[in-house]
Amino acid sequence: MAETKTAAYICKGCEIGTRLDTAALVKAATKSGKMNLVREHDFLCSADGVAMIKNDIENEGVTHAALCACSRRAKTEAFNFPTIAMSRGNLREGVIWIRPDTDEARETTQEMAEDYVRMACAEVKAMTVPPGNQKTGAVKTLLVVGGGMSGMTSALEASKAGYKVVLVEKSSALGGWAAKLYKRVPTREPFKAPEDNGVADMAARIEADSNIKVYLNATIAKTDGAPGRFKVEIAVESGAIAQEDIGSIIQATGFTLYDANKLPEFGYGKSANVVDQAGLEALAKTAAAAGKPICRPSDGQPVKSVVFIQCAGQRDNSGKHLPYCSGFCCNTSIKQATYFKDSNPDIDTVVLFTDLRTPGNGEDFYRSAQNRGVVFSKGVVSQVVPNGNSCTVKFKDLILNEDTEAHADLVVLATGMVPVSGVNIDAPVVAAPVEAETAVEGEAPKEVVATIAPESILNLTYRQGPDMPQFKHGFTDSHFICFPYETRRTGIYTAGPVRRPMDIMQAQEDATGAAMKAIQAMENAGLGKAAHPRAGDLSFPTVRLEGCTQCKRCTVECPFGAIDEDEKRFPLFNESRCRRCGTCMGACPVRVISFENYSVNTVGAQIKAVDVPDEFSEKPRILILACENDAYPALDMAGMNRHAYDPYVRVIPVRCLGSVNTIWITDALNGGYDGVMLMGCKHGEDYQCHFVKGSELGRYRLSKVGDTLKGMNLETDRVKDIEVAITDMATLPQKINEYAALIKSFPPSPFKGF
Amino acid sequence: MSDMNTQMAERYKNNFLKEIEEQAEMGEWVKMCMQCGLCSGSCPTNFHSGWDHPPQEIFMLIRAGKREEVLNAQGMYMCTSCYNCYVRCPRKVPVTHVMHGIAEYAYRIGRAPKTQPTMHLSKTFWTNATKNGRVNEVQLTQSLYFKDGISAGIKKAMEMQSVALGLVKAGRLNLLEAVGIAHKCKDVKGIHAMLAKAKELEAKRKEAKA
Repeated sequence: MAETKTAAYICKGCEIGTRLDTAALVKAATKSGKMNLVREHDFLCSADGVAMIKNDIENEGVTHAALCACSRRAKTEAFNFPTIAMSRGNLREGVIWIRPDTDEARETTQEMAEDYVRMACAEVKAMTVPPGNQKTGAVKTLLVVGGGMSGMTSALEASKAGYKVVLVEKSSALGGWAAKLYKRVPTREPFKAPEDNGVADMAARIEADSNIKVYLNATIAKTDGAPGRFKVEIAVESGAIAQEDIGSIIQATGFTLYDANKLPEFGYGKSANVVDQAGLEALAKTAAAAGKPICRPSDGQPVKSVVFIQCAGQRDNSGKHLPYCSGFCCNTSIKQATYFKDSNPDIDTVVLFTDLRTPGNGEDFYRSAQNRGVVFSKGVVSQVVPNGNSCTVKFKDLILNEDTEAHADLVVLATGMVPVSGVNIDAPVVAAPVEAETAVEGEAPKEVVATIAPESILNLTYRQGPDMPQFKHGFTDSHFICFPYETRRTGIYTAGPVRRPMDIMQAQEDATGAAMKAIQAMENAGLGKAAHPRAGDLSFPTVRLEGCTQCKRCTVECPFGAIDEDEKRFPLFNESRCRRCGTCMGACPVRVISFENYSVNTVGAQIKAVDVPDEFSEKPRILILACENDAYPALDMAGMNRHAYDPYVRVIPVRCLGSVNTIWITDALNGGYDGVMLMGCKHGEDYQCHFVKGSELGRYRLSKVGDTLKGMNLETDRVKDIEVAITDMATLPQKINEYAALIKSFPPSPFKGF
Repeated sequence: MSDMNTQMAERYKNNFLKEIEEQAEMGEWVKMCMQCGLCSGSCPTNFHSGWDHPPQEIFMLIRAGKREEVLNAQGMYMCTSCYNCYVRCPRKVPVTHVMHGIAEYAYRIGRAPKTQPTMHLSKTFWTNATKNGRVNEVQLTQSLYFKDGISAGIKKAMEMQSVALGLVKAGRLNLLEAVGIAHKCKDVKGIHAMLAKAKELEAKRKEAKA
């Protein structure tokens, strides 16, 4: 690139010109900001203003521009200059809109504006234009793991969009659980009769699709690489290994039913006439094939009465069974009840439920089953007693409040879903069980509780583990609240019941969405751009290896598993796995990790650019490091709503609280700031962090700051961390003011003037 | 009449739900209840001491096949036909009508309690009103006052005498009605023919069901 030429532009539109002394701002940019070129404009985002900047870039050779106008979140389309490094000074939402237009406020408002101009100038000088990731691959083939309803849907949707698909299925046929169903819950108006399971049709379409290559009886032996350049080894039936180049991956490995053997009180295993929902589907299929009614397994006589037990081993708060609701089983039991009623209305069909939950259009289906004469009773089953060829179901009727019983030829347990999500990479490592050889001879071997370690599904070569990180109850983690498709492994999406309990309809919708996201990820990877949530970002982390101490914090903390270790144990960045959150940068104790346009320097320079008045001026300075995803927009919206806040704060947006390096806090305090406020998203079980773990890791890091402060003889409240959601625009100014009041109650920072 | 009770019990064996569905008017709605309890919660008589099973429980008892408990229940006679439950039922079950249907069926098979006041009123009102095609108010009042014996009747009448005198003065009450000299509607014969036809149609419908 040619020689650096810096420029600052001061906008006078939106009342900035009337509220502020722009001549003084120009002076600040020229004198303190040391910009080569400083211009004012009446209306910078107008065609004329944009043309002026473009002209400067083309004819004046401007390479770095600080645009002091509105928030960086506003007018992004007008101020789109991809060839230059650019920073934004937030004079509108950040200054004039959050300050009252009064004579008393004028001086502090002007100081605030001048600081923001200086900060924008300092920031842009520390930036370079990201060239984009050069090492990326451009493979545009989608790998779908799992050939059930979700997997088949993803494959077909991706193919429809014109992408090649490799579909890997563990069993010998496509269809997964849906193929085991005699019929499926209705998907169309009037939602009354069960429908064909639809598997044959989909499998035929896949077979006929030249874009889709299917591996049956195959598993994933190894997944190496990153989005756009995955190298996947597929173990096929013969024992051979097939190699595929893959752009992105969808894991649609589905679920198994909760093991009914764990429910001996319901007679499972004691009587052949107690089955789970899969067992009933099998009975119904056999019966339909033979053209007979559904028969009791014990003696082959037609079933005259059947009881369905909902929530068997589910929604259990005793800790023994599944604590959650699987969401699909009420509709399934309703469907299975209609198998009986449709073949013979005289079959006693009772569904014992505590809460009947029928998502989708299940309510219509529920009503149709009631119309068929299926009896729905609100009751909790305590025991199923096998009794020859029938069973006695003992339950408490919750409406009549009495213990009672029902007799049935067949009992069906709705046991719910357990995700097939592979190895839990976050589980603590358990010591290997004692080998059989080491057991003392002559003694009977101790009974070993059979815990079969789940096999890995993806066999990722990632340093962080072979499978997708899990959230709760074994379901894979995805950003539940804001971006449900996004997982914690870039370019790898999970779809269907492996992600959360869902029925076929939901799974198909989920799989379609995952296919779209996977395509987006491949395309972005090919262009060297980041995936969600910084979609399109061309910057990527670079590391100055000569400074690295191999502490491994970056590899451990990266929420997306983007960083491996090379053979010399240095961090090895896989840029297309990276989401550009900067958590590695925040974690690095020696500060050798940086992005072209976001680094320890870009923020550090801003902190230093603020004019800190001396201890006698009674003008404290409070630094706010605000998450750009939630807190910064909340602050902008506070401005839009004209909620005033303290004029002594200086806000710097950060990509994530996880990217906050403690050096910034040290710098700020050493530089004479009186307080530092950190604003990040909610963390924990119901996290809202765009980078999943960023805010949590950031907070953990910052929790250690208190001791340092004490060591420096400073009040621990000088650094404060608050959780901010994007909806907090009304309360946030108040929190800032309260904190500012607290800081003002302390003596001025003793570091001022050093 | 109790004969009919045993007949029906015999005929439907354990399937009381089916019995209600086929025999009681609107009984086919019982299966559509989803046990939310909105009917019971909405019922203004819920706080009356005579209330044992609210509609939700009656429905559940029917489904559970508890024939005796349902037929001995008071709930269906307590209905004041306010239609709160009918209007509020999320499943659009005509709860009011179902309760009347069950009460009517219990009466038909001789299982309704003899001294149930609501039923006594219904019966008296019906006989009274259909006789002349309009209500003989004095006789209706008398039969209600003296329902529990002569002394109770006199006591009640004394209590209400000022109201009655007021009505007489205003020309709203004709004391001659007491001896049967009463207003008739214009076409008593027509009314009787209409009722006879209705009865015939209902009998036909019930026969078809049976």
